[in-house]
Amino acid sequence: MKLDLKSVDQIIGKYDGEDSWLVMILQDVQDKYNYLPECALGRVAESLKIPLSRVHSVATFYSSFSLAERGRHLIRVCDGTACHLRGFTHIKEEISRHLGISEGQTTKDKVFTLDVVACLGACALAPVMAVDGRCYGNMNAEKVRVVLDLYRREKRH
Amino acid sequence: MIAVFESKKMPLVKTVVNGKHIEVERDRWALDVLLEMGVAVPTLCHHPAVEPYGACRLCVVEARKGKWTWLTTSCDLQIREGLNIETDTPSVIRSRRMSMELILSRAPHVESLQRLAADLGVGRPRFGPHYDIGKCILCGLCVRVCDRLIGASAISFVGRGRRRSVTTPFGAASESCTGCGACIAVCPTGHIRSFVEESALNIETWNTRLEMIDCKVCGTPFTAAKLLESVQGRLGKGGSLERVCSKCRRLQMCKRLGEAFHQV
Amino acid sequence: MISTAGKKDTERIKSVQEFQGKQAYSRSKFYSDKVRVSVGAGTCGLANGAADVLAGLRDEVGTSGLDFLVRQTGCIGYCQVEPVVDVLAPGLPRVFYHYMSAGKARQLVRAIAEGDFHPDWALGRLSRDQLLVRSERDFSSKPNGLSTVPKLEELPFYKAQLKIALRNCGFIDPHDIEEYIATGGYSALAQVLASIDPEDIIDLVEKSGLRGRGGGGFLTARKWRACRQAHGYPKYVLCNGDEGDPGAFMDRSIMEGNPHAILEGMTIGAYAIGSDSGYVYVRLEYPLAVENLQIAIEQARAYGLLGPNILGTDFSFDVEISRGAGAFVCGESTALMASIEGYSGEPRAKHIHTSEKGLFGQPTNLNNVETWANVPVIVNEGAQWFARIGGEHSKGTKVFSVVGKVKNTGLVEVPMGVTLRDIIYDICGGVPDGRAFKGVQTGGPSGGCLPESLLDLPVDFERLVEAGSMMGSGGMIVMDDHSCVVELARYFTEFLTRESCGKCTACREGIVRMLEILEQITCGKAVREDMDLLDELCCYVKDNSICGLGKSAANPTLSTVKYYRDEYLAHIEQRRCPAGVCRELTKFVVIPDRCKACGRCVKTCPVKAVRGREKVAHTIDQDKCVRCGACREVCPFDSIAVA
Repeated sequence: MKLDLKSVDQIIGKYDGEDSWLVMILQDVQDKYNYLPECALGRVAESLKIPLSRVHSVATFYSSFSLAERGRHLIRVCDGTACHLRGFTHIKEEISRHLGISEGQTTKDKVFTLDVVACLGACALAPVMAVDGRCYGNMNAEKVRVVLDLYRREKRH
Repeated sequence: MIAVFESKKMPLVKTVVNGKHIEVERDRWALDVLLEMGVAVPTLCHHPAVEPYGACRLCVVEARKGKWTWLTTSCDLQIREGLNIETDTPSVIRSRRMSMELILSRAPHVESLQRLAADLGVGRPRFGPHYDIGKCILCGLCVRVCDRLIGASAISFVGRGRRRSVTTPFGAASESCTGCGACIAVCPTGHIRSFVEESALNIETWNTRLEMIDCKVCGTPFTAAKLLESVQGRLGKGGSLERVCSKCRRLQMCKRLGEAFHQV
Repeated sequence: MISTAGKKDTERIKSVQEFQGKQAYSRSKFYSDKVRVSVGAGTCGLANGAADVLAGLRDEVGTSGLDFLVRQTGCIGYCQVEPVVDVLAPGLPRVFYHYMSAGKARQLVRAIAEGDFHPDWALGRLSRDQLLVRSERDFSSKPNGLSTVPKLEELPFYKAQLKIALRNCGFIDPHDIEEYIATGGYSALAQVLASIDPEDIIDLVEKSGLRGRGGGGFLTARKWRACRQAHGYPKYVLCNGDEGDPGAFMDRSIMEGNPHAILEGMTIGAYAIGSDSGYVYVRLEYPLAVENLQIAIEQARAYGLLGPNILGTDFSFDVEISRGAGAFVCGESTALMASIEGYSGEPRAKHIHTSEKGLFGQPTNLNNVETWANVPVIVNEGAQWFARIGGEHSKGTKVFSVVGKVKNTGLVEVPMGVTLRDIIYDICGGVPDGRAFKGVQTGGPSGGCLPESLLDLPVDFERLVEAGSMMGSGGMIVMDDHSCVVELARYFTEFLTRESCGKCTACREGIVRMLEILEQITCGKAVREDMDLLDELCCYVKDNSICGLGKSAANPTLSTVKYYRDEYLAHIEQRRCPAGVCRELTKFVVIPDRCKACGRCVKTCPVKAVRGREKVAHTIDQDKCVRCGACREVCPFDSIAVA
């Protein structure tokens, strides 16, 4: 697959081609393509005049980066301490059961990707999950199904 | 007895090593000083050609300054006035043994590690091998040498924590590797495998294959074309490299020396 | 959002005198003759439906043609009762309403237009303008028809609190710099630039006794002085907003609800240190914090409170945001700096202090969000005022996020030195559902778990460390008897194996081996000797790791082994998890005598393992059961037990 890399150039231009913004440049690239395509990383290295090995190293160090293509909706289940104590495992298992994927995987139809994150910072509403950055608090198995179906229906429209 | 190490730039400061009072130039790395003094300090991630890194933790010593006592790696500890270093306290020995045991459990079949472990009094590690990681102990020498010394930056650390490893970008054949072999030379465990086949240097561990150049005397492939190119590039127009392997060059040299001897 | 585009020249405040004029103007605008209705729209509020409430309010005000101001604020810290709406009407005390919905919000504004303040929905009223240290107006004597509404500051949740770092969270609109200025914001900076020498500010902060709120509790003034005295230009001033401790969210709340306080604090710090450039490092999981900070920075620039020649003086300072990308270790100073430089967040040994060689190899000063937010108040109220709050060595207040098995979850800011009991029981209402208190984990993965016998421990930097825990960023996770401490230790240790950067043997290998043993214990496969090896590993990892992540990684395990040894032994020797959490060791059964056959467990069970009909005691199919314990949590009759 050939990707249009003009967006990468635009992003780098926004940061004046400064390699110290590498972490944020990669975030913006990921926002654009939904993951970090190999060729985009190559372009980043080339434009910033830094070794590709450094770009690859950074792209694999931080947990929010994904080198594999992801689903349209990113589900992040919070495994912060409060969520862990208040039923993180049920929530994660319910999602897995409902979508047939486990942590780090993407559904076959490329609609959902399931990630587990350290803490979303909404501990008072534990257990919490977020879909595409929107937080859902006080979750239980039933609410999980309701929320996921909401996003799934959205796809059909 | 007071031993004095020569100072060039920094002022001399008084420190104590294992009860021995010495004067050393300020800011020197403690590990270098210890080794110069003949104190045996184990290490796997240190090489004098690159900056200290502090990863393997084998070179720990007990440092004391004023009322503070702490365990610290000596490779990245700088000598300061009044620093007191002990290298064989019970806690130092305990720490080194555990570090060694943990390193050995990553690669239990590596002989060099087994020997070092035996020296430290570590037998069979109590921990099972965890996953298939070859012989790499993540000392980072190859990465640092390739980046800082050679300037190729062909390899880097990838992932973090228990998933950390060293590879080329995406595990693919490296475009920037010149085949200099520095990584192979510094690796303390022999993790990086390479062989020559059909006039090509295969660095298997990095999935990289480099065309070699034949020696114009004996015809044997002797160095990666890319390396020659890169060295030539650095030399510029000022110097030219002969395409002769080291063996033939030695022979030529002997021959010339012999001729010179006969002439005298 | 308020657009700052095109305002640059008109809004720019060119001198300290002009600032005073701006202050008076902002105040008159904030306490205007219009009714101001606002919704707490921090991340937690939004997760609880604040966006709907806000939309409802806006729509109602629009369609009813009311001349009300509708604003969004941060979070007042009482997360349990969200969504929260508050009403500031001319001449009246500010009233806060809890458990709001869009429908209730619509009704409320209609009622207020008629003069009815719906006291039955109110959480409380403020007798002063804010829970602030300073107040413009006092309403304590004239509640004006709202006398049935309790005073907010007398509610059990707020009574013992003193809000310094959280002073504006939930009270002002973080998107409007003038609301911050109206409530005293940037007056400390103006005062500093007008009349205080940099060295005198450091002395002032020193006298206040302010210590870093990020975990270690290092004296702030000492750090500033070292950086001021270090040679080199430029110097950097950083704000650590990485807050990686799972279970802590006070920094998020401040960045979302009171971002200007951080910027003002940093600017004062930069002036004291002699820096003209700074960064705020914010973790990725906080998109709203990034947004609000970005808006705040742009507004401050437009008002001439950031950028070149601040308030017309020759002092210049500007701030940029650097977003993290998901790495707990980046809370460690040297890793954070590596991340800002565009590298993996790998810490280095700190034999050379970052105050000498930090970011880009230059002298650098790093403080966390809460620390910076304290600075303007210290300038305004004076060092002595601040130093009178708190204990002997720990001055001022600390924000704690109290979560887990506790009635009132939320953010609590209290003077240091109050006891754990004060926080957990008096303020947060203790453990719900009649369960027994088991322990409280403070300081996240770097801290420890403290048992009931230590409930009267005064909370300050030293006492927590003595007890085997630490302050950390202030997370407090309360556990009841349905929480297993061994599983908790396993959880934190697993977290740390994922978050360790992997540079040093001690942390990378040591923690993984600790986890292996803890997993054996929670699976019931461990033997007694494993406890000794675990202890040996803990001590080793603590002494031999490069950075704070590793050095403190053993705390959760060491503290639980110390205070709950019996529970470990129950797992090992009796193959039993007393809390009923560890799945391999747990079997849930229904006590037939207690079961009222209500069917709740049947409905809740995710794998349909509970069988039951009406009027017949239910049973659990052990083959199907996945031991999640959901049935036990919902049973109103306590009829499901661990066999």
